[in-house]
Amino acid sequence: MSGLRLLAGPDLGAGPEGYADHVRRLGQPTLAGRALIEALVRSGLTGRGGASFPAGLKWRALASASKGPAVIVVNGAESEPQSHKDRLLMITRPHLVLDGAFLAARTLRAASVVVYVGEEHRAAYAAMERALHERHEAERRITRMMAAPHRYVAGESSAAVHLIDAGVATPTTSPPYPRERGVAAAPTLMQNVETLAHIALIARYGDAWFRSAGRRGAAGTLLVTIAGRVAKPGVLEIEAGTTIAEAVAMCGGLSEPASAVLLGGYFGNWLPAAKAWDLPLDPEALRAGGVGLGCGVIGVQPASRCGVCDTARIMRYLAEESSAQCGPCFFGLRALSDACSRVAERGTNRDDMARLKRWAVEVEGRGACKHPDGAVMFMRSALSTFADEFASHPAHWRQQPA
Amino acid sequence: MILLSAVVVLGVLSSLRFQSAGWPGFLTPALHRNLALLTLVFLGLHIITAVVDPFTHLGWLAAVVPFSSYYRTLWLGLGTIAFELLVAIVVTSLLRNVIGQAAWRLIHWLAYASWPVAVIHGFGTGTDALSAWFVALSIVCVVSVTIAIVYRLLHPPADPLASARGEFRSGVSRRPNQ
Amino acid sequence: MKTETHMTIDRIKCDGHGLCAELLPELIRLDDWGYPIIAHGPISKRLAPLAQRAVATCPVLALALRRESRPR
Repeated sequence: MSGLRLLAGPDLGAGPEGYADHVRRLGQPTLAGRALIEALVRSGLTGRGGASFPAGLKWRALASASKGPAVIVVNGAESEPQSHKDRLLMITRPHLVLDGAFLAARTLRAASVVVYVGEEHRAAYAAMERALHERHEAERRITRMMAAPHRYVAGESSAAVHLIDAGVATPTTSPPYPRERGVAAAPTLMQNVETLAHIALIARYGDAWFRSAGRRGAAGTLLVTIAGRVAKPGVLEIEAGTTIAEAVAMCGGLSEPASAVLLGGYFGNWLPAAKAWDLPLDPEALRAGGVGLGCGVIGVQPASRCGVCDTARIMRYLAEESSAQCGPCFFGLRALSDACSRVAERGTNRDDMARLKRWAVEVEGRGACKHPDGAVMFMRSALSTFADEFASHPAHWRQQPA
Repeated sequence: MILLSAVVVLGVLSSLRFQSAGWPGFLTPALHRNLALLTLVFLGLHIITAVVDPFTHLGWLAAVVPFSSYYRTLWLGLGTIAFELLVAIVVTSLLRNVIGQAAWRLIHWLAYASWPVAVIHGFGTGTDALSAWFVALSIVCVVSVTIAIVYRLLHPPADPLASARGEFRSGVSRRPNQ
Repeated sequence: MKTETHMTIDRIKCDGHGLCAELLPELIRLDDWGYPIIAHGPISKRLAPLAQRAVATCPVLALALRRESRPR
C-alpha cells in the first residue's frame, strides 16, 4: 500500500487544510485539457457518488458536446444517512475537491460552478465556503454555494439540477439527462466530491500513479464508511480491491459476531456475512458479482439484531423519502413498507410475503428516477439474505436504536 | 344548445374520471371530443343559415366581429363571442401536443364562459325564444349543466398524490439567501 | 434497417387515469394503485393504430411513441 492519498497530509482532526498549505504540500496540477481526460480514462477512476460510472468517459462525452459553456455541479449532498466520507473530505481537504472542480471547469469549458452541500452538514458547508474564499478571483467569480435540502433524493442528479434551476429539489423525467441538458439547459457535469478529489491528484501525478495502488487487479484508492458493530466505525481510505474482511480488520475488527453486511447504503444489497467477507471493494469486480459499491457504506449487521425488523425500518424511511411525483413509487414503496412492517410486528404470513415478492418486481423501473429501483433492490436482497428469518418471523418488533 | 350542453356535461364527467360497469372510462372523453366537433359543424351551419337569411341582413362580418350587426346587436354579438371561444377551445385541443398541457388547460377553461354566453345568445336572438318547447328544452340543458358544474365544484377531481407532493415540495425549496 | 416503435411514458405526468389500459389491454395493465404497467419491447404493426389511439387519449399527454431504427 503506497499510503494514504486523499487523506494524506495534516492530521484529520485539525480541520480544513488551508490553501497555502495545500499548495505547498502538493504543488499545482500539471495535466489539463485533452491530456487530463485521457489520463482519467486510462486511470479507470469510477464515480464515487453511487453509480460508479467511469469518470474519464463522462468527461470525454461532455467535452465533445460542444453546445456551449457547461456547468459543473460539485455534489457534496451526501444524503445517505450512514455515509460520512464526503463530509470528512470536505471538512479536511476542501481544496482537493475544489481543485477537481476547477480542473473540470477549465477542461470542459464551464462558465459556472455550483458547490452543492447538504444543509445538515454545517461544518462541511462552512469549510467549503471558507476554502472557496481562499481561491483566486477568477475561480471565485464563477462559483456559488448551494445548500442541498435534507432529503434523500436531494443528492440525485436531476433533483440537484432542478433545485438550482427552479428552486425545488425534486427529480425530473429523463431524458434529457443533465449531461445533455442540465442547469440552465447547459450540459452539466454532476460529480461527487470524492471523485473530484481523486481527479485533483491524478492531474498532478498521472494515471500510472493512480493505478500503482490497488489490490487484486483493482486500481487506486477509495473512501468507505464502515458502520455498525466494529470496534472503530468510521471513514477509511483503502486500496481498491481490499476485501470487506480486511477493511473490517482495519477498523479494529468485529465488536460482536456478525450475521450480514449491508453493502452500498440503503440502495445497496444485504449479503450474508460469510459471503461478504471475501468480497473485494472494487466497483468493477462487485458489478460482475451482481452487487455494487454504491456510496461506499459498509454496514456490519450483528447477529443480535433482527434483519427483518431493520429491513422494515429502512423500507419505511425509503418510502417516506419518495418525492410523491409518481404513483408506483409513492404507493408501491408505502405498500412494500407496510407489508414489511406487518411481518416485523405481527409475524410472518403468507399474504404479506406474496405481496412483498410481487410488488418488489412490479414497482421496479416505473418511477421517473431511480428511487423506487434502489428501494426495491434493497428489499429483494433482504428477502434473499434473510429468507429464513422472513419465512418464520415471530411477532416482535425489536425496538433497537438505529 | 343541446349539443353544447351535452359537450359541457361530458367534459365535466371526463374531469371526474366517470366510468361504470357498462361505460368504460375512455368513452367519456371520446364522446366529449366527438360531440364537440359535431357541435362545431352544426354551429357552422347555424351561422351560414343566419347570415344568408334575407330577413336579418347580417353580413359575414357579423359572424366574426362581435357587436357589429345592426340586427339585435347585443344578443348576436354574444353569439359571435361564444363561437370564437369555441373555435379557440377546439383548435387548441387539436394542437395540444404542440402547445402543451398547461396552455391547453388555460384556454379550455373558457368553456365555462362560452356555454352561458351561447345560451343567453339563444334567448336574446331566437325568434322562438319564448315558445314552450324551447323554454322546456332550455331548462333541461341549463339544469343538467348546472348540476354537473356544482357537483364538480363540490367534488374536485381527486389527484391522489396532490397533498403528498405538495408537502414534499414545500420541504425541498431553495433555502433563503441562495 | 428496420424501424421499431416503442411506447414511452412520463411517470411524473401520469396520474393513473387508466384510459390507456382500457384501449390497449394487450400491452398495458394497471397495478394495484391504478398506474400502468407497460410491456417492454417494440409494438407490433397490428397494434400500432391502437397504441396511437391510447397515446392520443391520455388526458395528461403522458404517453408517446418513439421510433427507433435498428440494423436488421
